[in-house]
Amino acid sequence: MSNVKNSSEKIKEISGANPLKCMKCGKCSATCPAFNEMDIKPHQFVSYVINEDIEALVNSKSLYRCLSCFACIERCPRDVQPGKLIDAARQLVVRKRGQNYLVPDEIPALLDEETPQQLLVSAFRRYRR
Amino acid sequence: MKYSYYPGCTLRTKAKDLDAYAKASAKALGFELEEITDWQCCGGVYPLGSDEIASKLSSVRALKEAKDKGQELVTLCSACHHVLKRVNDDMKNVEDIRTRANNYINSDVPYEGETEVLHFLEVLRDKIGFSALKEKVTNPLTGKKIGAYYGCLLLRPGKIMGFDNPENPKILEDFIRAIGAEPVIYPYRNECCGGYISLKEKEMAENMCDKIMSSADGFGADMLITACPLCLYNLNNSKANRLPVVYFTELLAEALGVKEAALNE
Repeated sequence: MSNVKNSSEKIKEISGANPLKCMKCGKCSATCPAFNEMDIKPHQFVSYVINEDIEALVNSKSLYRCLSCFACIERCPRDVQPGKLIDAARQLVVRKRGQNYLVPDEIPALLDEETPQQLLVSAFRRYRR
Repeated sequence: MKYSYYPGCTLRTKAKDLDAYAKASAKALGFELEEITDWQCCGGVYPLGSDEIASKLSSVRALKEAKDKGQELVTLCSACHHVLKRVNDDMKNVEDIRTRANNYINSDVPYEGETEVLHFLEVLRDKIGFSALKEKVTNPLTGKKIGAYYGCLLLRPGKIMGFDNPENPKILEDFIRAIGAEPVIYPYRNECCGGYISLKEKEMAENMCDKIMSSADGFGADMLITACPLCLYNLNNSKANRLPVVYFTELLAEALGVKEAALNE
């Protein structure tokens, strides 16, 4: 990837977070309710941004397992905000044309009688641009 | 007392009862919710990207209308509350967002985060007071053991939401006591229900809600209460679906003796 540097900077810029503040205590991963479903765990995610391994991040299924529950953000003793870094990496992907994780054609098959509108608007906002 | 009120998309559709019970209860408690004119959907989740502007404008417009009317802005849905509160914090404290959003809405007087955003529960706690609420209860829910389900959005990030202690909240338990029932404290009450993940990863959300349900059940709750339509939906889809889940406003209306009237209005 020729623009590796660029993408790492971009993640820091979009998230407004500073991964270098991380002291690797692992509290974010310990508290993450989606930990078992993630291939790259929240504390690792921070290191990947520092090491500029963006290729792995943008292909990680963790982007679509994060719940935006803010547990990691609340409990991080260094205010690194891992959840914001994950969101920024997801933005790098979904802001590209044709890279949305959710398309309208999928919706009818995902609905049931009780599906609240809130679920659809929330998923659209997280999964596509 | 009159407040501006932002219902949000789901309270006009799948969660009409959350809204109806709240309005009837407000009337019984002596305050009025005046709906924002032509409000737009808040988007359900707060846009985390620091460069996002367009997705925050619907919130800015609602906040600005409340300011123009000189009213505080009341919310009911946890998601709307989260989004409006955080966008308001941006408008107050982040110069770049404030400037760009005001350029968009192009009003004579810039909006700078002046509106106070209050969740309905905060109105009960801070404006009415739980002891005054208790005195207005005509039909106490004596003997009911109720688990409060907070979820994420009302509590976190604690510094911005300022709703309650994010790790050990008590506002819903105090509410439960005020309506004459008994709160059941269980460890999963502020764990995530899965949120929007349930659209595409249903099993993942189910597993998370199973843990919440089993925890509440194990500690002896008869039922759960929530303020969030998505939490309610996800919890109801739990495979360990042992406990009924209702909106807190339904129990409030019941305790105030206005439950029947609420649905006929």
